[in-house]
Amino acid sequence: MKITINGKEHQFNGDPQMPLLWFLRDELNMKGTKYGCGMALCGACTVHINGEATRSCVLPMSATDGMTITTIEGLDDTDSHPLQISWAEENVPQCGYCQSGQIMQAASLLAKNPSPTDLEIDQNMSGNICRCGTYPRIRKAIKKAAGSNS
Amino acid sequence: MSQDTLSRRSFLKATASTGGLSLAVTLLPGKHVFAAQDNSSTPETLTPSVFIDVAVDGTVNITCHRSEMGQQVRTAIAQIIADELDADWQRINVIQATGDKKYGDQNTDGSRSIRRNIDRLQIAGATAALMLRQAAAKGWGISADDCVCDQHTVRDQNSGKKIDFAAIVPVAATLPVPEPETVTPKARSAWKFVGKGVASIDLPAVVKGATVYGQDVQLDNMLVAVIVRPPVLYTTPVSVDDSKAKQVPGVKHIITMPALTEPPLFKPLGGVAVLATHTWAAMQGAKALVIEWSKNEHSQYQFETEKAALIASAQAGGEIIRKKGDAPATIAAADDIIEATYFAPLLAQAPMEPPAATANVVGDKAEIWACTQHPQSARSNVAGILGIPEENVTVNVTLLGGGFGRKSKPDYSNEAALLSQQVNQPVKLIWRREDDIQHGYYHSVSAQHIKAVQDSSGKTLAWQHCTAFPSISSTFAKGVTTPSAGELRLGFTDNPFAIENMQLEKGEAVSHVRIGWLRSVCNIFHAFAIHSFADELAAKAQQDSKAYLLSLIGPGRIIDLASEGAEYDNYGDPIEKFPVDTSRLINVIERVCKLANWDERKKQKRFLGLAAHRSFLSYVATIVEVEVDDDGSWRIPATYISIDAGTIVNTEHVKAQCEGGAIYGLSCALGQISAQDGAITQSNFHNYQVARIQHAPQDITVDIVDSEAPAAGVGEPPTPPFIPALTNAIFAATGVRIRTLPLPSQIKR
Repeated sequence: MKITINGKEHQFNGDPQMPLLWFLRDELNMKGTKYGCGMALCGACTVHINGEATRSCVLPMSATDGMTITTIEGLDDTDSHPLQISWAEENVPQCGYCQSGQIMQAASLLAKNPSPTDLEIDQNMSGNICRCGTYPRIRKAIKKAAGSNS
Repeated sequence: MSQDTLSRRSFLKATASTGGLSLAVTLLPGKHVFAAQDNSSTPETLTPSVFIDVAVDGTVNITCHRSEMGQQVRTAIAQIIADELDADWQRINVIQATGDKKYGDQNTDGSRSIRRNIDRLQIAGATAALMLRQAAAKGWGISADDCVCDQHTVRDQNSGKKIDFAAIVPVAATLPVPEPETVTPKARSAWKFVGKGVASIDLPAVVKGATVYGQDVQLDNMLVAVIVRPPVLYTTPVSVDDSKAKQVPGVKHIITMPALTEPPLFKPLGGVAVLATHTWAAMQGAKALVIEWSKNEHSQYQFETEKAALIASAQAGGEIIRKKGDAPATIAAADDIIEATYFAPLLAQAPMEPPAATANVVGDKAEIWACTQHPQSARSNVAGILGIPEENVTVNVTLLGGGFGRKSKPDYSNEAALLSQQVNQPVKLIWRREDDIQHGYYHSVSAQHIKAVQDSSGKTLAWQHCTAFPSISSTFAKGVTTPSAGELRLGFTDNPFAIENMQLEKGEAVSHVRIGWLRSVCNIFHAFAIHSFADELAAKAQQDSKAYLLSLIGPGRIIDLASEGAEYDNYGDPIEKFPVDTSRLINVIERVCKLANWDERKKQKRFLGLAAHRSFLSYVATIVEVEVDDDGSWRIPATYISIDAGTIVNTEHVKAQCEGGAIYGLSCALGQISAQDGAITQSNFHNYQVARIQHAPQDITVDIVDSEAPAAGVGEPPTPPFIPALTNAIFAATGVRIRTLPLPSQIKR
């Protein structure tokens, strides 16, 4: 089985039922993608599969064959995606644990909808839990990045 | 570091390893005493608490002894020291301390990192600064009094010449350490970093996913462990069929954990551990175990039965813990008694990162990597459970993916250590989300009953309040059935109302689960009941909620709780330094009402609720606005917060804590942990509700009181007033009084 992660091709011959999250974290030691619930309920494990925000904690490796995957480590070559910049400017993170997933979810939103409304932001981000309560700043950072895009 | 390095006369000197200037300093909380380690005394009383190391390249290495869980304490500590040195922010490096008594208290809870450390950190920074000035002065043949620190240099104020820290470190390192009495921290007016909104030092790493949490630790030859714990406290496996688990590729060991004995403390809960070469295999192995569990008296625990018992206990009244006048007699003589019962369920802290600890036990030595709020407790616990000396245990502190009190408990480090000892290999023990929700140290369930009477003008004449909840002490001792003074002082004993007849009582309550701390602890349910009932009294008197609340609080004054027979430890800080001052409470109420345009908005038929609460020595007033649709669904367009936390180190992070603390409060109103046959019903975020982005207030406006009062708590105080402000707003909008949590998703009128 072959998958491309952040532009690099990887082979996988293990348990096809193992979710992508554990291939990233345990086998590739890419720890930017987080475990939060294991049931696609919290969004901490969000990555892009062929550009779509996807919960890697429930996506079996068997479903990733031939897919192109982007993680937080590969979102931008110089870690300066407009969202990474606006996230820093708005001082969004507190503990930071959910933030990779939040940024990846937001990046897929902006890729499809360059200027989302408040309602669209809430609807799109509702699967990503933050227990520190950074939600108001997440909204601001997304809007700021959207502004810089347009 | 040798003992000699830490001795009183020579605790600042060049170290062989760095060739730099090392400074270890301690100040006991609230005292301006320089108490460096002295060989003649015990380590418990003489521990340097902060370590500044100015390297030969001029880098100021600052050791942060408090755990980082989103409050940006690593940044705050650096700000305080940078100011004393007038350091270049780019030449500061923050190192995370291991768990060690030499730092003084490291338990990162109770909102005390700043209030218990700001003075000693300032002295530490000022001492380093003085020595650098002395070194420069020596080289120039002038007095140190003529020299100042100026942007990572020392400058001669007369000639204007400057020398970089790097160039004078070797000389500074040879100087005797000045006596602390000779060291004066900078004047407030000279602060460049403290009191400003400095961005977090960890921010760049967070946004690129490069930070390391407890769950992220990876060692060579490491196994990953998952434990299937008993569904009911103190039960044990009667039979274990591990045949299927053993067949999971990657599973290496299946180990029965020691059974839990009373009281729980921080001991492993028991159960069966599966150790595997990687996480997925450990999880699959755990899932494949077939275990039959024993039963005990806790297996009879039904949430609804216990809820009824707790409510009956609160309504029956209990032992008096504070008394003024004669509330029972005043109430008995009245025709019209106002009374209400409030209930709030068990809650789980549910940090985004479930607990995790990695242990490597080799012979009689152990190294731990954990997302812990309390590394010293992890150290002493691991030493205890392994039966090895504490000095043989190293506890490395990773970043914490949230803590909220859950990670103050070192139980998971204990589990990891036992397993590593057993298999002679490094073991990362992870808690799955289900483990976190079902086997936690829960925020206590509570019932409260309040009775009051008013005179014909609506003035409250008597207030009688009984609180009943299983005590955190039940986690630490057998047979505890009433709350401790330390829990009652969390927003109950220190009721700020000026009512002539007041009686506060505590009821009985038995626990069937482990009870623990959760952000702001008992303040959450006490503020809920007190401020809901204050609003009920306002409604009864047909008066404006704000005006009535202010009349309940009465004049600005210092409350003398001791005179009313109350035992009150003031969060462990001196009452003279941090009195219970209602003028500060009134001030934040006035400010938040101004911020929210209270009178104007009410005229516009917008629905606001207000609550104000002192906790962790800070004062917070919160106004929540709600909108309720015809079908009863509701949302929060705006929230306003005014906080007086005394001296502030980082305005931006205080603001963030207010925003996050409010949303954490919202989650506390949405979630519920319950049990059936002794086992927790909820298991993950589908049935344990927490606030999501669409629930969060659309806007949160924070007002920070500019104060020179001693620094007080920030991490917890914004949480307690949120729930009553919200439920009072719901009452304003609908006439429905919420007395039982969790909140419904739709308000039925």
